[in-house]
Amino acid sequence: MSVIENNTEQCGNSLTRELTQNPLKKIWVPSSKNGLPERHISQRKVCMTNCPTLIVTVGLPARGKTYISKKLTRYLNWIDVPTKEFNVGQYRRECVKIYKSFEFFRPDNEEGLKIRKQCALAALNDVRQFLTDEGGQVAVFDATNTTRERRETIIRFAEQNGFKVFFVESVCEDPDVIAENIVQVKLGSPDYTHCNTEEAVADFMKRIKCYENSYQPLDEELDRDLSFIKIIDVGRRYLVNRVQDHIQSRIVYYLMNIHITPRSIYLCRHGESDLNVKGRIGGDSGLSARGKQFADALGQFIQSQNISDLKVWTSQMKRTIQTAEAVGVPYEQWKALNEIDAGVCEELMYEEIQLKFPLEFALRDQDKYRYRYPKGESYEDLVQRLEPVIMELERQENVLVICHQAVMRCLLAYFLDKTAEELPYLKCPLHTVLKLTPVAYGCKVESVCLKVEAVNTHRDRPMNVDVSRQAEEALLTVPDHQ
Amino acid sequence: MMDALPKDFLRRTRCDSAASRPQFTNCPTMIVMVGLPARGKTYISKKLTRYLNWIGVPTQVFNLGQYRREAVQTYKNYEFFRPDNEEAMKIRRACASSAMKDIANYFAKEQGQVAVFDATNTTRERRGVIISFAKEKGYKVFFIESICDDPEIIEANIMQVKLSSPDYENYDKEEALVDFLKRIDCYKMSYVSLDEEKERHLSFIKIFNVGSRYLVNRVQDHMQSRIVYYLMNIHVTPRSIYLSRHGESELNLLGRIGGDSGLSSQGLKYARALSEFIRGQSIKDLKVWTSHMRRTIQTAEALGVPYEQWKALNEIDAGVCEEMTYEEIQATNPEEFALRDQDKYRYRYPKGESYEDLVHRLEPVIMELERQENVLVICHQAVMRCLLAYFLDKSADDLPYLKCPLHTVLKLTPLAYGCKVESFYLNIQAVNTHRDKPTDVNIARKPEEALRTVPEHL
Repeated sequence: MSVIENNTEQCGNSLTRELTQNPLKKIWVPSSKNGLPERHISQRKVCMTNCPTLIVTVGLPARGKTYISKKLTRYLNWIDVPTKEFNVGQYRRECVKIYKSFEFFRPDNEEGLKIRKQCALAALNDVRQFLTDEGGQVAVFDATNTTRERRETIIRFAEQNGFKVFFVESVCEDPDVIAENIVQVKLGSPDYTHCNTEEAVADFMKRIKCYENSYQPLDEELDRDLSFIKIIDVGRRYLVNRVQDHIQSRIVYYLMNIHITPRSIYLCRHGESDLNVKGRIGGDSGLSARGKQFADALGQFIQSQNISDLKVWTSQMKRTIQTAEAVGVPYEQWKALNEIDAGVCEELMYEEIQLKFPLEFALRDQDKYRYRYPKGESYEDLVQRLEPVIMELERQENVLVICHQAVMRCLLAYFLDKTAEELPYLKCPLHTVLKLTPVAYGCKVESVCLKVEAVNTHRDRPMNVDVSRQAEEALLTVPDHQ
Repeated sequence: MMDALPKDFLRRTRCDSAASRPQFTNCPTMIVMVGLPARGKTYISKKLTRYLNWIGVPTQVFNLGQYRREAVQTYKNYEFFRPDNEEAMKIRRACASSAMKDIANYFAKEQGQVAVFDATNTTRERRGVIISFAKEKGYKVFFIESICDDPEIIEANIMQVKLSSPDYENYDKEEALVDFLKRIDCYKMSYVSLDEEKERHLSFIKIFNVGSRYLVNRVQDHMQSRIVYYLMNIHVTPRSIYLSRHGESELNLLGRIGGDSGLSSQGLKYARALSEFIRGQSIKDLKVWTSHMRRTIQTAEALGVPYEQWKALNEIDAGVCEEMTYEEIQATNPEEFALRDQDKYRYRYPKGESYEDLVHRLEPVIMELERQENVLVICHQAVMRCLLAYFLDKSADDLPYLKCPLHTVLKLTPLAYGCKVESFYLNIQAVNTHRDKPTDVNIARKPEEALRTVPEHL
């Protein structure tokens, strides 16, 4: 029987359902007269199924599994898919307080094997809790998982709990890549705090050897019913098998676009604009005199950095383009980099917003990430709009992005793994360039203030976000302007 | 220097290389199909070409079979394809050269960016010839190989698209099938699949068994990455896509564009009629999508089934012209009104969007429509035009003038290499909201000239 017939009986009165607009997100929902939850409508999210996904890494040590796990987790959380990684190595470190040597990992070390199995099961238990009780959508199970037997255990676990499974295997035989890996992330591991570099490397190589004999890579024949991606030689080649759904398709696309070639991403805002000076938000004004000075300073700064093959991106708003012009290199305009659309509040000062739309002003302070300006956008919308920009940034090497305050906050939140709560309050002052360089599992940030004065455009969250607050309380944190 | 902004910027209405987003690739690309006959190469070629053109990458298919049919007017039988048929081999090689010459012309003289070379290309030797050609000209090469050994799929393929080929006009079905299978055998002996070791320096994707597995090697740039993503999302499971606008809205009645009004009484009638229609279609596992605007949601509410709201399906943002009538736009912004008529696809409303922007916004919707099966999309006039243009391969010039009247459901069903369209007018009166391109699009035109094609309203 079709779903449609079923529901129509229940909703004989559907046509008399009034629609109301949710005041925060400006989403039209049927008003529930009897307090029953609206199961009829949902917002398009990345994860439209109610079936959580377990991502399982596979590979010898030093193949980038943790790098991939952390990066993927950061990306999924940014696009609003609640994700968490579970690193079995960490469970092992908690269990066996002190790491002595590679001997722990010898395949004939019964004691070691017992502990390692326990740790895996403890991790899976936490996975279950996250996905079933804590509203998690994706869990990344980061371990070697190099035997078919271990993978079978995980598959059974997932089946019992109703999780989908997707394997991500990293295969690499290039000794240079492996050596660099070890230097970047293993030497600094808690396991090796007491070793010098040579000892650590020697021990780690022996550790890898312990896994090699029993390693059963995912096989296109034997494992043809599993869903997986096999990443070969850091992305030179991929084998993708049985992608089941939208989220797995997005994960595959993401994994196929990331790389580890060293590079830097420079983020900055346009120079100070005429509207900035007046304390007005949005609009499409040109640079103020100081803004032009910044543009020149930026040009000089970029020159001094001697960046190879720099790409420069701007939005399609006058102020970012004027700024790029001074840098003197070809630039590309992205509409997706335009500032957040403030709808009816475009070009208003905060004082005017408080006067004309005090309710809106308060709602925004209550939930700045999800709040959508009437006829405008929310930060949540911005993140969705910026996803293709992030994807292309991952593909590229050296890039300078000249954008806007809200946009820069979203991009920064992606690179620095900030939550939806922190994102709208990240400090992105005018006339300051942030240089982001991937290092180990994260990102090094260098902040360069180009010493050209500018207004402050950062408005902190006020103490009182209540709809009934006084105007002064709402305006307490508004920065100075003309 | 600072005040002299590039002319591109000042002419906001013109979008050249800085469209909505940057270049996909900086040099022409040859996509080269590889595979035995009846493996879906032409299906993939045509679909991919349609997608690339829709997202703004000028692309064309060069089908070797067509060149062969032009050279050898009448097809006799499979013997033409026997590997020991010297005469035929000569002809086939000449056809390949001819096609490559046309590809070079397409890139050099017709501003093409991607050429899809649709042929079997089953030997390393033939692929070598293509690679040399591309190298000499400075083109990138990306191979797409389709591998399938499921006899059922192959036979279904043959039934769907081969039997109706000009080659088999004079054959009956069984004879045609037998002949085609012998044709495939002719290729099998010399078929060398792309080898992950020996050809590891090439860029390619191997598609196994209609998408259950993919091998991807050396993706070079953004566009190849997008192509891979697209190929990995399409499927051949039979299904239908239903496109409809919201029911007639209050603003529709007043001849006003944009806004976020509710349904008129006729619009509500339509919503009920749509519900009956959908029930009558007995669609399995139907997904229903709406925009975030009240009128599409109200329409979906009448169906009584779960629906998903997509912000990406919102109507085109008319910026400063939101909620105006065409008469008001002509009165307050006559120059804008004329510019729009001059290039409706690329024209961006001040503080608003263009059709070109819309296409970019809708790309994730199209990608998800490709992944899904039965879907009903309740959207808006400009949005529906963009989606329809994708399915029916309409050009940027045709797109903004596609007829998408209110209270009419379009049912799109993939068929052979294209899409069958069935139009259902649900017999509920509604205003006409379609404004044709007027004859005079000059900025200096008189208001009457501009308003000649405005549909009637209250």
